[in-house]
Amino acid sequence: MSETDQNGSNAKSMTIIVTKGSLDWAYPPFILGTTAAAMGVDVTMFFTFYGLELLKKKLDLQVTALGNAAMKMPLAGMHMSMPNIVNMLPGVDAGATVMMKNLIKKKGVASIEELREAAIEAEIKIIACQMTLDLFEYNKSDLIDGVALGGAATYMEKALKSDINLFI
Amino acid sequence: MADKTLDAKGLNCPLPILRAKKTLKDVPAGGTLEVLATDPGSVADFAAFCRTTGNELVESTADNGVYRFLIKHVA
Repeated sequence: MSETDQNGSNAKSMTIIVTKGSLDWAYPPFILGTTAAAMGVDVTMFFTFYGLELLKKKLDLQVTALGNAAMKMPLAGMHMSMPNIVNMLPGVDAGATVMMKNLIKKKGVASIEELREAAIEAEIKIIACQMTLDLFEYNKSDLIDGVALGGAATYMEKALKSDINLFI
Repeated sequence: MADKTLDAKGLNCPLPILRAKKTLKDVPAGGTLEVLATDPGSVADFAAFCRTTGNELVESTADNGVYRFLIKHVA
């Protein structure tokens, strides 16, 4: 039924605008994109601003607890959030990132590397925002291979034809 | 028995679905894939996956924290 519809007129489509590049924010777009693709949806992901971090050849994603009012991580048997004055201290962000990465591994959650690989394998269309590349003075060679470049109109054309358009 | 078995125990969303989709490619039309998972969310997920892709969820059972799904690959 729908798997062979991949390029047929009945196939559903989805676009995701990816604007954030921290470790926690990397998950929603890649999980939704890869799952949709696995369900026969034609997926396009448009990476802009800090989303470009997720396309770097070597991923070095970080998380911060600073200003993250809802972040309460398991620690010493309870869920704890730290006051911002603690989160500001040198090394605390790096510690939070390590903790999150350990939790991810422990709970059998996929790494972003793995999800990104799955996205490429599923032939999700990946577009990097040309303007952001210029703005932040990145080179296309900093990004993984197979990334198309485009602007807002490129995104808009896809979005107008899609069943689901998400802004993450 | 099932043509293929996928052990997705210990894996969290979305890995059970992604791995199942990948493994299904190697299951001939009409054949079955058995998936074992420990992620409780996978119960609803596999039902939704099958409804959306047209594959048939032949069985969905649980035994002591391990969920077992039998999926028939409908081409």
